[in-house]
Amino acid sequence: MELQTLTTIVVGLTFALYIGIAIWARAGTTGEFYAAGRGIHPVANGMATAADWMSAASFISMAGLIAFKGYDASIFLMGWTGGYVLLAMLLAPYLRKFGKFTVPEFIGDRYYSQTARIVAVICLIVASITYVIGQMKGVGVAFSRFLELDYDTGLYTGMVIVFIYAVLGGMKGITYTQIAQYCVLIFAYTVPAVFISLNLTDNPIPQLGLWGSLSDGTPLLQKLDATLVELGFAEYTAQKGGTLNMVAYTFSLMIGTAGLPHVIIRFFTVPKVRDARASAGWALVFIGILYTTAPAVGSMAFYNLAKTVQPGPVAAADGALEYEARPQWFKNWETTGLLTFNDKNGDGRIQYRNGDTNELKVDRDIMVLANPEIAKLPNWVIALVAAGGLAAALSTAAGLLLAISTSISHDLMKGIFMPDISEKGELMAARVAMAGAILVAGYFGLNPPGFAAQVVALAFGLAASSIFPALMMGIFNKRVNNTGAVAGMLAGLGSTLIYIFWFKGWFFFPDTAMAANTPDNHFLGIAPEAFGAIGAIINFATAIVVSKLTAPPPEHIQHMVEDIRIPKGAGAGIDH
Amino acid sequence: MSTPQETSGQAYWRANIRLVMIHLAVWAFVSYFCGIILRPALSGIAIGGTDLGFWFAQQGSMLVFIAQIFIYTAQMNKLDRQYDVHED
Repeated sequence: MELQTLTTIVVGLTFALYIGIAIWARAGTTGEFYAAGRGIHPVANGMATAADWMSAASFISMAGLIAFKGYDASIFLMGWTGGYVLLAMLLAPYLRKFGKFTVPEFIGDRYYSQTARIVAVICLIVASITYVIGQMKGVGVAFSRFLELDYDTGLYTGMVIVFIYAVLGGMKGITYTQIAQYCVLIFAYTVPAVFISLNLTDNPIPQLGLWGSLSDGTPLLQKLDATLVELGFAEYTAQKGGTLNMVAYTFSLMIGTAGLPHVIIRFFTVPKVRDARASAGWALVFIGILYTTAPAVGSMAFYNLAKTVQPGPVAAADGALEYEARPQWFKNWETTGLLTFNDKNGDGRIQYRNGDTNELKVDRDIMVLANPEIAKLPNWVIALVAAGGLAAALSTAAGLLLAISTSISHDLMKGIFMPDISEKGELMAARVAMAGAILVAGYFGLNPPGFAAQVVALAFGLAASSIFPALMMGIFNKRVNNTGAVAGMLAGLGSTLIYIFWFKGWFFFPDTAMAANTPDNHFLGIAPEAFGAIGAIINFATAIVVSKLTAPPPEHIQHMVEDIRIPKGAGAGIDH
Repeated sequence: MSTPQETSGQAYWRANIRLVMIHLAVWAFVSYFCGIILRPALSGIAIGGTDLGFWFAQQGSMLVFIAQIFIYTAQMNKLDRQYDVHED
């Protein structure tokens, strides 16, 4: 069957599945819409959390990022997984015990302050909107690359699908679709990885193949190092960036992950406090399957690519591949613009080098997207990768949209502006907010702001510097009061924003940057993306000092903190 | 164990904090230390074409993270019962 038809069928089937689930899992109450009735099994929630967390970027771009950065990309691997340890031990069980529906709601109640709640809502909405734009773009890109639909049509299709299951089912519908989406995306990711690992290292398990040897007995990573050095690049396994920056970057990603509201609210759906802990473990198992496969895919696909274009020695005139002799997959991906060849020296051969003599531009997404073709896998695997990329983008988009809509209907409307709204009215408001959020996300997907690539740093920076410290102190430090928490959040947020804008331009207008974004200009060599770690420290310090200087929190708040620290009595939260 | 003035909830919390501190120390050791800061010191230990620090950074720390969460969960389930603060 032709690839185009096959891809349409596979993608169509997965979409039909998601809609079927939506109709089966409609939400009838706010409890179901916000927290799936708190009836999700911890393993199921772990799977849904994994799909919620792993975005279009994790699926499509991460392996390529690892391929080009080598060892330095370890910050993403450790940073995006280590946050789950923090969730399991510092946040998830206590927020589940608190038994309410949104992250700003905890911050508002714990710090007995509407201001704190509003600051949290603003952080949540900015972080989630910036993040969701990337997902909508991912949907459009996946459609246009695999189905040759144009970008806009692809984006509209994605919006309609999310609209159906998120508006109908809320958290309940999203949870079950995310479970299905996880299965699709992990299958699509691992099948090509198994084959590429088998081809190169004779080991069907990519996690072991990464440390294995090629047919000539040389270890893969050693050969890759040598190949890259020959082409003029730094060694794959060598450290290129500063050590302090790596540490700060990893720490920012870890606490940012733990502070992202769309991840936290997933832990409100399990029945018990102990389920919240176990569920974080399962989430990391399911995430780990992809995250431990990615370094294998990155290094192996990169090695394949380098060997394809440079089959012979670099010194030899005929060492580089003749352009006319390039393989079919190369031609396919040239048409998408992910591979571009510019014959600078006019010899008809593809010189892939570091520096000015380079003739081949490689987009990092190709490491995942072209993998099945490079490994000569059948067409149905290629179709599956398309469905997997869409599943990754849609599942994350839905989780983010839910976090946005619940904080509008529950925190802003029910919590602040219309406290007397009925349960039915609130449910309707949540659905309308969801529809509105989808339209806003779609608008930005169609008209991506120029700074779209920069904003993920912003989302993690906000979560790391404002939300994570406020939540952690709310549980672990009874002495932190309303003034301290608000001052801390603003100080953390403000310092992080200023640092990011300083190097990337105020509100991301590039010509307004105060200094060039280079390690020499950075404070202690810490990149703007890594500054969330410093922002968090500023937040902690400010909150603790200001709280010490002002009155302690009232008695009932201290009792509330004592109560969320123990699992007993969590059932009460369910009826809220 | 709990002193006379201390409620079982407070004793439970102290025991929990102790566990959390130990786990965070391990968490930081495998990622920040073995994976980044101590990598040059561990470079003599070869593993699959590279060195131990690289393994920790790209695979080992993630495996330890997963194990840690399940161990902590089991430890807390035990503490919950020991201090009688468990659900139902």
